[in-house]
Amino acid sequence: MTALVDQLGRFFTYYNLIFIGEGFLYTIGLSAAGCGIGYVVGFLLAVLRNERIVRWAFVRWLVVLYVEIFRRIPFLVMLLVVFFAYQYAGADVPMFTIAATTLALHASAYSAEIVRAGLESVHPNQWDAAETMNMGGLAALRRVILPQSWVVLIPPAMTFSVGLIKSTSIASQVGALELTTVAKILNSKGLSAGMCYGTILVLYFVLCYSLTRFAKYLEVRLVTSRR
Amino acid sequence: MSHLVVEKLSAAYGKVPVLQDIDLSIERGEIVAIIGPSGSGKSTLLRVLVGLLRPQSGSVTVAGEVLQYDNPRNLRKAREKFAIVFQQFNLFQNMTALRNVTIAPTVVKKRKPAEVEAEARALLEKVGLGHRLNAYPDEMSGGQQQRVAIARALALKPEILHLDEVTSALDPELVAEVLDTVRLLAADGMTMMIVSHEMGFVREVANKVMFMAEGRIIEVGPPEQVFDNPQTERCAEFVGRILRH
Repeated sequence: MTALVDQLGRFFTYYNLIFIGEGFLYTIGLSAAGCGIGYVVGFLLAVLRNERIVRWAFVRWLVVLYVEIFRRIPFLVMLLVVFFAYQYAGADVPMFTIAATTLALHASAYSAEIVRAGLESVHPNQWDAAETMNMGGLAALRRVILPQSWVVLIPPAMTFSVGLIKSTSIASQVGALELTTVAKILNSKGLSAGMCYGTILVLYFVLCYSLTRFAKYLEVRLVTSRR
Repeated sequence: MSHLVVEKLSAAYGKVPVLQDIDLSIERGEIVAIIGPSGSGKSTLLRVLVGLLRPQSGSVTVAGEVLQYDNPRNLRKAREKFAIVFQQFNLFQNMTALRNVTIAPTVVKKRKPAEVEAEARALLEKVGLGHRLNAYPDEMSGGQQQRVAIARALALKPEILHLDEVTSALDPELVAEVLDTVRLLAADGMTMMIVSHEMGFVREVANKVMFMAEGRIIEVGPPEQVFDNPQTERCAEFVGRILRH
């Protein structure tokens, strides 16, 4: 018992709390940047791949190639490839950029598929009707197709986002100062593993759980606003 | 001058020919009904005219203006001439009845919303849905949805209205209300091409009946001829089979 109290005292020092807090913010920032850029690019890819919007088959073909390749590379391998790619290019970029780039590449390929599935869930006759009314592809997408896609799109997108947050821990492999790295460092300073990893476990849970709640909110809002 | 003239129109899905050398002409205010077995190209003909399937060859002329389907700009001009009502209604599921009718005039034609809305209300009133303006498609019966679809098509102010089996997806008791609406349009002098299996209705409203099979027009004539005294064997066989019910 005294050992535990002693541990607690040594663990929750002002300096350590700041350190953990920074790691937490780093993880949040990394997830936000990776998801943010990834989803924007993924959405564009899904649009470029849609034959109702883009008529040139070779563009769709390039998108398919990109998506199929990047979905098949393990996250850690991609991280290392990006790491060395920046190095070969002679770009001295912060570790955050490397990790965020990797996440964005990964997320863009997956979210392109999620968005595509969402768009394809809407019956083609909705496109037909819009087309005969001379609505352009993008106008039809925005006003007719997308509003009907959210219901199919949001759940897998959120599941994927939660997975992506968890993947940020792999960035510890290249020394990005995110939560897992913080725990490793504190542990190597002689603090108990249970304490270090237990703390970040709670923080990861809080982050992912908040996102799930946010997803529920989005689902209710977007799906009811189509009514 | 004929309102619509189609000459030597052909189209294919990939390499499969679905329309071959279609010739037809419709006078202003005329109603032409297209009948024929499934897969005969009836719906495809309408899809080609409204620009959903690109023709391979042939020409389409509306009120003396030759339509081109070869590039997006010409395609837009061609589509402005027509409106189509689909078998499955194809109403935008995320919009109210009123919005379904106003969306194209406001978004595509950039007309004033207030003016468009007044017109849309009048149109929905006309098809008997003045009380359902704010209903969503999934809150309406099939017959009501189809009448909204007709109002939506009229809001585009087409030269020619195409009706593609508009009652085929409806429960029997809902067919009448949609046919009544079509009669209303006929009385207004709207030029229409109607693909239909409602032979009684076709006989009543159509000026001309076209029998199609295997992507070709086999026989054209006034309803009395096509139904009572068909000139071709194919047509006689088809009509005989249908009228026996």
